Amino acid sequence: MAAQTTPLKKLDSEALSLDSVSLWQITRRRLFRRKSSIVGMVILAILVFIAFTAQWLAPYSPTLSMLDEKEYPTEFAKKRLDPCIHAFGCASDKPQHLMGLDGNIRDEFSRMLYGARLSLMIGFSTVTFAIIIGTVLGALGGYFGGWIDNVIMRVMDVLLAFPSLLLAIAIVTVIGPGLINALLAIGIVSIPAYARVVRGSVLSVREMDYVSASRALGGNTYEILFKRILPNALTPLIVQGTLGIASAILDAAALSFLGLGAQPPTPEWGSMLGAERNQVFTAPHLVFYPGLAIMLTVLAFNLLGDGLRDALDPRLAHVS
Amino acid sequence: MASYILRRLVLAIPVLFGILFATFALARLIPGDPCRAMLGEKATKVVCDEFNHRHGLDRPILVQFGVYVGEIARGDFGNSFRYSKPITELLMERLPITFELSLAALLFSVVVGIPLGVIAAVRHNSWVDVLTMLWANVGVSMPVFWLGLMLAYIFSLTLKDTIFQLPPSGRLSAGVITIPFFEIWGWQLTEGTFSYTLADFISRMNIFNSLLSADWEVLKDAVTHLILPAFALSTIPMALIARMTRSAMLEVLGQDYIRTARAKGVIRRRVIMKHAFRNALLPLATVIGLSLGGLLGGAVLTETVFNLSGVGRILYDGITARDYGIVQGFTVVIAIFFVALNLIVDVSYAYLDPRIRLD
Repeated sequence: MAAQTTPLKKLDSEALSLDSVSLWQITRRRLFRRKSSIVGMVILAILVFIAFTAQWLAPYSPTLSMLDEKEYPTEFAKKRLDPCIHAFGCASDKPQHLMGLDGNIRDEFSRMLYGARLSLMIGFSTVTFAIIIGTVLGALGGYFGGWIDNVIMRVMDVLLAFPSLLLAIAIVTVIGPGLINALLAIGIVSIPAYARVVRGSVLSVREMDYVSASRALGGNTYEILFKRILPNALTPLIVQGTLGIASAILDAAALSFLGLGAQPPTPEWGSMLGAERNQVFTAPHLVFYPGLAIMLTVLAFNLLGDGLRDALDPRLAHVS
Repeated sequence: MASYILRRLVLAIPVLFGILFATFALARLIPGDPCRAMLGEKATKVVCDEFNHRHGLDRPILVQFGVYVGEIARGDFGNSFRYSKPITELLMERLPITFELSLAALLFSVVVGIPLGVIAAVRHNSWVDVLTMLWANVGVSMPVFWLGLMLAYIFSLTLKDTIFQLPPSGRLSAGVITIPFFEIWGWQLTEGTFSYTLADFISRMNIFNSLLSADWEVLKDAVTHLILPAFALSTIPMALIARMTRSAMLEVLGQDYIRTARAKGVIRRRVIMKHAFRNALLPLATVIGLSLGGLLGGAVLTETVFNLSGVGRILYDGITARDYGIVQGFTVVIAIFFVALNLIVDVSYAYLDPRIRLD
C-alpha cells in the first residue's frame, strides 16, 4: 500500500500549487526529477556548446589535409595516423591529434567537432520541415474532414507503408545523392507521424464548446484553427519532434554511410564512418569515434523525448 | 472475424495502389529522360524513339501506369540492367539470405528481449530494471552499421585465437561448399515448378540446408558466420521488445485481478506467467510484427557491413550502380511485404483481443 500512496501525495502537492505554476514549470520540475532526462540534457548541452564553438575548439580546419597545413611538420603527415595525446605519453615533439588523422590526412578530432554542428542542423531542419508540412496537412484533414481528410490520410498511409529508411533511400536514389536531398527525403518520410498527431488533437477538440463559442463570436477559420485548436497539439508535437530528431539523425547518418547523404569532404559523422569502414581492422579509431558520437547524440534526444513525454503526460509516468 | 479480415483487406487496396503509384512516379521523376539514363548520354534520337516505343514510354502516362500495375500483378517487377536479369529471379536468389538473417535476428531479440522485459517489470526499480532500461535506450540509439563494424573488429581481431573468435564477413568460410539438400536426398525436381522454387529457396538458407542434409561441419560454419550480423541487426528490435514487454507487464501487474490472484494464494510464478504475461502479449504482437519492417531496412546496412549477398546488399549495389530497376523493383516488393505484414499483425491482434474486431 505504501507504494501506492506516494504518487498520490505527489499529485496532491502538484494540484495544490497548480494555480501558481504554469504547465511549463510543472514540466520542468518533472523533467529534472528523472535521472535519464538529466543525462540527455547534459549530453545535449555539451553538443550544442561544441556546435557553436567548433571553430575555436578545433585545432585544425576540418577539410584541410595536413600536407596543406602551414607550418605542419610533413614527416608526421601520414594517412590514418593513430591518436597522439601528449598527456598519455605521446612524444611531445610530435604534433598532437586527439583522434588521429583520417584517410585524407585530416585531423579527425576537428572533423568530429564540426560534425556535431552538422548533426544538430540535420536533426532540427528535417524535423522542422516535417512538422510544418505535417501540421498543415493534419490540421486541414482534421478540421475539414470529408474527402480532404480522406485523401490526405491515405497519402500518409502510403508513406507509412514503406520502411522509413528504404523510402528515404528510394527518394535519394531518384533525386540524386547529397546532404540537402537526403534531408528532404528524411523530412518527407517523417511527415505522416506529425500529420497524425495534429489530426488527432484537432479531431478531439473540434466539437468542444469553446471552439463553437469562438465560431459563434464570428472568428474566422484561420483564427479558430491556429489560435484555438492547434495549441492543443503543441505538447504531443514537442514529444514527437524530440524523438523524431533522434531518428532523423540516425537515418541521415545511415544514408551518408551508404554514400547517399553528405558527400566528402563534408565532416559528417555517417559519411566519415562510411569512408573508413574498410579500414576498421587497421584504423579502428576512425570508425569508433564517429559512431560513438552518432549514438550519444541519438541517445540524448531519445532520453529527452521520453522524459518530455512522461513530464507532459503524467498518466504514462508509471509505465515507461 | 471473417468480416473484419475482409474489411481490413479492402482498406489495404488503396494503400497498395498508392505504393504502386509512388514507385511508378519515382521512376518517372528521375532527372533526364529514361532512354539516356539507361542507354547512355550518346544515344541518338532514332535509337531513343525506338527504345521509348519498345518500353511503351511514348504512350499516355495513365496507360503506362495501367501497364505497370498489370506487370506487377503478374509478378513481373521489371529488369535489372546491371545483372541483366528479371528482378523476380534476383529476388528469389537473394531473399533466402535476408530471410535467414532476419529470422535469426528476430529470434535473438525475442529470446533475449521478452525475458529481460518480464524480469525488469517484476523487479521494478531494481538494478536489473535500471540496466535493462539503460540497454534498451542505448540499443534504440545505436547505428547498426557502427555496431556491426565494432563487433567485427572485437570478435575477429581482438578476440582472435580465443574460443570467442568469429568471422568478420561472408556466409561461409572459403572452401566450404554446400550441396542443396534435395540433391542429396535424390529428389528429381524440374526447374520452374513450384516445388523446385520452394526447395531451392530453402536450400539457399545455409542453416536450414545443412540441417536437412545433416552436414554438421557446414552448419557450424554457417552459424558462426551468422551470429555477428544477426546480433547487430537484432539490437533495435530487442530494445523495443524489452521495453514494450516491461511496460505492458507493469500495466497488467497493476490490475485488480492480479491482486485478486495473489490474495487467493496463487503462487508468484503462476501469477506472473499465466495471469500477467498472457495479457501483456497483446501489445507485443504489434511490436514484433512492426519490427520485421525495421529489420528489412536494417538489413541494407547489416548486409553491406558484413558483405552478405542478400536483398539489402543488392539494393546497395543497385544504388551505387544507379540501377533504377533494382531500386524500384525491390522497393515495391518490400513495401507490399510490409503492408501484408501489417495486415497479419492487425488480424492476429483482432484474433487475440475480441474487443478490436467488434469495434
